[in-house]
Amino acid sequence: MSKIRVVHYINQFFAGIGGEEKADIKPEVREGAVGPGAALNTAFGGEAEIVATIICGDSYYNENIETAKSEILEMVKQHNPDLFIAGPAFNAGRYGVACGSISKTVKEELNIPVATAMYIENPGADMYKKDLYIVETGNSAASMRTAAPALAKLALKLAKGEEIKAPTVDGYIPRGVRKNIFTEDRGSKRAVDMMLKKLKGEEFVTEYPMPDFDNVTPNPAVKDMTKAKIALVTSGGIVPKGNPNHIESSSASKYGKYDIASFDNLTESSHETAHGGYDPVYANADADRVLPVDVLRELEKEGVIGELHKYFYTTVGNGTSVANSKQFAAEFSKELVADGVDAVILTST
Amino acid sequence: MRLELGKIKIKDVQFGDTTKVENGTLYVNKQEVINLIMEDEHIKSVDVDLAKPGEETRITPVKDVIEPRVKVEGPGGVFPGVINKVTTVGTGRTHVLSGAAVVTCGKIVGFQEGIIDMSGPGAEYTPFSKTYNICLVIEPVEGLKQHEYETAARMAGLKAASFIGKAGVSVQPDEIEVFETKPLLESIAQYPNLPKVGYVYMLQTQGLLHDTYVYGVDAKKIVPTILYPTEVMDGAILSGNCVSACDKNTTYHHQNNPIIHDLYEKHGKELNFVGVIITNENVYLADKERSSNWTAKLCKFLGLDGAIISQEGFGNPDTDLIMNTRKIENEGIKTVIVTDEYAGRDGASQSLADADPKADAVVTGGNANEVIELPPMKKVIGMLDYTDKIAGGFDGSLKEDGSIVAEIQVITGATNELGFNKISATSF
Repeated sequence: MSKIRVVHYINQFFAGIGGEEKADIKPEVREGAVGPGAALNTAFGGEAEIVATIICGDSYYNENIETAKSEILEMVKQHNPDLFIAGPAFNAGRYGVACGSISKTVKEELNIPVATAMYIENPGADMYKKDLYIVETGNSAASMRTAAPALAKLALKLAKGEEIKAPTVDGYIPRGVRKNIFTEDRGSKRAVDMMLKKLKGEEFVTEYPMPDFDNVTPNPAVKDMTKAKIALVTSGGIVPKGNPNHIESSSASKYGKYDIASFDNLTESSHETAHGGYDPVYANADADRVLPVDVLRELEKEGVIGELHKYFYTTVGNGTSVANSKQFAAEFSKELVADGVDAVILTST
Repeated sequence: MRLELGKIKIKDVQFGDTTKVENGTLYVNKQEVINLIMEDEHIKSVDVDLAKPGEETRITPVKDVIEPRVKVEGPGGVFPGVINKVTTVGTGRTHVLSGAAVVTCGKIVGFQEGIIDMSGPGAEYTPFSKTYNICLVIEPVEGLKQHEYETAARMAGLKAASFIGKAGVSVQPDEIEVFETKPLLESIAQYPNLPKVGYVYMLQTQGLLHDTYVYGVDAKKIVPTILYPTEVMDGAILSGNCVSACDKNTTYHHQNNPIIHDLYEKHGKELNFVGVIITNENVYLADKERSSNWTAKLCKFLGLDGAIISQEGFGNPDTDLIMNTRKIENEGIKTVIVTDEYAGRDGASQSLADADPKADAVVTGGNANEVIELPPMKKVIGMLDYTDKIAGGFDGSLKEDGSIVAEIQVITGATNELGFNKISATSF
């Protein structure tokens, strides 16, 4: 088998060109390994080889991100690598951000495995840990002796398509991706053991660290409802009869946008719910119970509201991930704004 | 309260002329079970079938699983207030057909019933691939509403399990376990130096078809109250709900609540397990506030040092879980919570619908959204035609060859929030 072809990215300092005074140098490419590349090559143990090294000044990269990305991407392409490695960046902030940014770009544009390494407090780690495998290093280049072999090892695993184990096993910064694992003890015993440790004041490890919860502050009240254009948005799963876009009963991966201009009232023959998790009998019998088109039409006639928006947006809330929900709303709220909607009534189940 | 659980180990199940246990084999008279179930005018037909560990059998759509038990000494009978009189249970002796289970099946809601595979990768995720199952496939009469169908199927399962459980009444158990909880003051006097730990047991009560029953009462209508742990072992709490299969507590889970068992394991040694506080998961804010206020109040009243809190279901009940945790911690009582996660199929989303920094000790039953491929099985007990619509399924879940690609959410008990399984999730 031929050796895995590696392109390596480093900054001006690790290339031996200079420090801060040389941080504005443009990207250049050299054949073979440069600087820390030698240590990586050794650690590859003959399985992979650095065919080219791309060097770029940290200031140049961060001040000309888009240009730098496309210049570097071209250089990477020309060497047709199987694997792309950036760094280690240790605690050098701008270098870390550059390593993360270019690795992400290469991964997305060229669809090859990428790996980088840095100190956990490097700002690049927080920015890119979700997208990349970032090997955790010490905070200075003094830890190169351990950082290079660790980076080489994980990069090789990625290049060979081997299974990546838990962060503690494979030495990378946790990406925040939840995966199921089988355990020695059943959950109830783990809970009792955790309780005993907590009671004794001993150290214990929670299996799910609580995230910072995203609270949304409500907008100020609409000043004049008689002139307001109101839209209906629901996570209660109301869809035209037959669920034409097949929105899932749980863990929805999509939302629907449907015209209600011709409806004064939703009926058993026109609409239904796609939502799992609640008894659908009453929602199916009269979908207005979840999506109150009938009442809003009356209010429209009475002049209490200006008008009801032509479309409603709908998805199923049951088990649907926060990330999907955010993405749906980010898309359709732009449409709502563009359509001149002043306020939205959100209904659930 | 002191209860002896006499475990009769069941190593096989077969149909026979009489319903009995002989040398570890449970014989079931099929016609007797059918006659019993057909007493209910809401049921059009019932099929009784058997499924054993290791077989290439898929059971679906699964509604509930029940362990056959019978009371042999002490007041009352199993499932008080439902099958037997509403006597306070939890003392004396109860015989258990350990290793046997009654599984009820039917398309009640269509998307809230589960799958049990007796072998293959799916079997790893459900405890009921290891039990000898007597499966009841229940068809309702024409025009029966879903909640009426649920009632009929629930009663059918309980009746069948009590009937089969009676086969163990005069059988010598293979093993006898003893559980005892004394009245609070005596318990504290007995173990003055041990930390007092309680169990806050959240019951699924989100609405119609989301019911749990306590001594026959719909738990939506209770305010938090206290039970002796052994009452649960006699069927004081039973499942009447149709929520996602992975994290609904079947009646079997209630009867065998592992948190209660593992707290007893340390009782009198490292902690003093003083009792169970049951509470509900209603959807109205006032109910959530009242119930969480009361659980915190009762924890304080019992003088607890620590409380383990378990959840049932997900999404809306996440708020009850977090309210309970925050309020109990605010009383200076240490909490550990048992839940599961909905982190998306890629695992990258937020796992719970609510969060609080005070919930710093969490045990998870895993990410219910993780996708699994279940290979085709030679035999299907029940039916497969609803699989794309099941919670955790999606368009194209059911393949032509009978295999199913779906979230583990579809598997009965897969991410159980009583900590029944040896599964967790971690950040990668």
